[in-house]
Amino acid sequence: MSAKTTHWIIFAIVAVLVAVSAVLAGPTVTTAAFLTLCILSFLYQDNPYYKIAEHLMVGVSAGYWVVLLYYSTFQDKVIDSLESGHWWYLMPLVLGILMWTRLIKKWVWVSRYPLALYIGVSAGVAIPVEMKAKVIEQLYGSIDLVTQMHTGGGSTLLTINNILILIGVITSLVYFFFSKEHTGATGFFAKIGIAVLMVGFGASFGFTVMARVSLLIQRFQFLLFDWLHVPRA
Amino acid sequence: MSFFEKMFALDRRWVYLTLGVAVVIALLTHFTIEVPITKEARSIYNFVDALKPGETIHLAIDYDPSVLGELHPMTYAVLRQCFAKDIKVVITALHQFGPAMVAGVIDSAVTLHEKLTGVKKKSGQDFVFLGYKPYPVLIILGMGQNYRIPFPRDYYGVPLDSLPMMANIRNYTDTKGVINISGTSATDWWITYGNGRYGVPLAIGVTGVMATDYYPYLQTHQIFGILGGLKGAAEYEELVKTPGPAVEGMRVQIVAHTVIILFIIIGNIGFFAVRRAKSREHLSGSG
Repeated sequence: MSAKTTHWIIFAIVAVLVAVSAVLAGPTVTTAAFLTLCILSFLYQDNPYYKIAEHLMVGVSAGYWVVLLYYSTFQDKVIDSLESGHWWYLMPLVLGILMWTRLIKKWVWVSRYPLALYIGVSAGVAIPVEMKAKVIEQLYGSIDLVTQMHTGGGSTLLTINNILILIGVITSLVYFFFSKEHTGATGFFAKIGIAVLMVGFGASFGFTVMARVSLLIQRFQFLLFDWLHVPRA
Repeated sequence: MSFFEKMFALDRRWVYLTLGVAVVIALLTHFTIEVPITKEARSIYNFVDALKPGETIHLAIDYDPSVLGELHPMTYAVLRQCFAKDIKVVITALHQFGPAMVAGVIDSAVTLHEKLTGVKKKSGQDFVFLGYKPYPVLIILGMGQNYRIPFPRDYYGVPLDSLPMMANIRNYTDTKGVINISGTSATDWWITYGNGRYGVPLAIGVTGVMATDYYPYLQTHQIFGILGGLKGAAEYEELVKTPGPAVEGMRVQIVAHTVIILFIIIGNIGFFAVRRAKSREHLSGSG
């Protein structure tokens, strides 16, 4: 039997199963189950069913987003606003249109004006708050550990926890300090820093495994209980 | 070829198959496990529990269907608690593939609440779903000034000013806090702009992959609680006393993790066995 014939037989079997499922479980659940199985089939090897599901997802996502953007932004922020007489909404509209000049080689320079405005505003808004939320607050947090220990606040367990965090912060920073060769005391602390980083990566990996297994479990819950109507244990 | 050499060279498709079979068996077998409640999950529960009926929280649901396995149970559990305590909820969905899914979640939560209590929660009175707008940073900043700036209308096209629930709600200061359930970097933006710029009390529910990144913010009190992955969702289901898919999933997690750990152990033994055999061959060859 040629490979082509085998593919057609598999296609016919899948088509019959999908049709039977559509009658028994309904078209919506069947579509979701069929696409789930198409995606899972990639675990065996790349195949046309996986490709169909993958391309369908990309196409539907792009189409959905375009329609969503039109109705959630263009409609109420541009069309509705201009219809209500808020003429100043023409300014962002013009800036938005100018961005499209990137597509015309001769007029590319025009797009730099809205882009410059966007970058300027974004940087101005982002830098102070990003600095506060991600650097200053974390610094305060580290200092707070020392303060807690100094004032004797909290339990012994909390103090040990604080010491561990403090050692972790300092040694990790030493590891990323490249202005001095990692030998002697610097090397010793850098090695502890690596160990701390490894613990962090290990925790992240553990959580990642849990996350991926969770997604698998959810799909199997759907296939078994929602599609095949297997009674729950 | 020894057993361990064979295991070391095992086709990964056998691993997938074994894991799949283990998950199916675990799902079809009845056994219970204990889900210990962490301090960071309990603090979110206590926060919602301490609110008075009629007070408002903002539930930011920023994920898409690809991570619903982990995050849907959290969203259902939080909504269930809010509806049961008669707490009003402002809901947003700042992921582009989220709004239709979130509308479905709200409908299911409303239906379930009606089934359990006979009371139907109404859009505009008990909750408001604002929907989606692009550029989450701008939207979070805009809502900090006035919800009406980014969202003149709700998801269903009703002007915000005509909704009774929104009559006394202008911005975050009129809500008691934000619970962000997210599978994207929207959590960073809520921390940076929601909490950092406007000081709104913030708790998060994130996917397992993201969880470890956000624990430092817990220590600095930039967030007051965190639900990490399916475990966090299961804890919340236990807290609201309605075990659901997350608690069921944790049973399966134990079996799946055991299979994975066994494969890791066998793979590592295989690796060292092969390396030892090769070094012996090398020594006997050179001798």
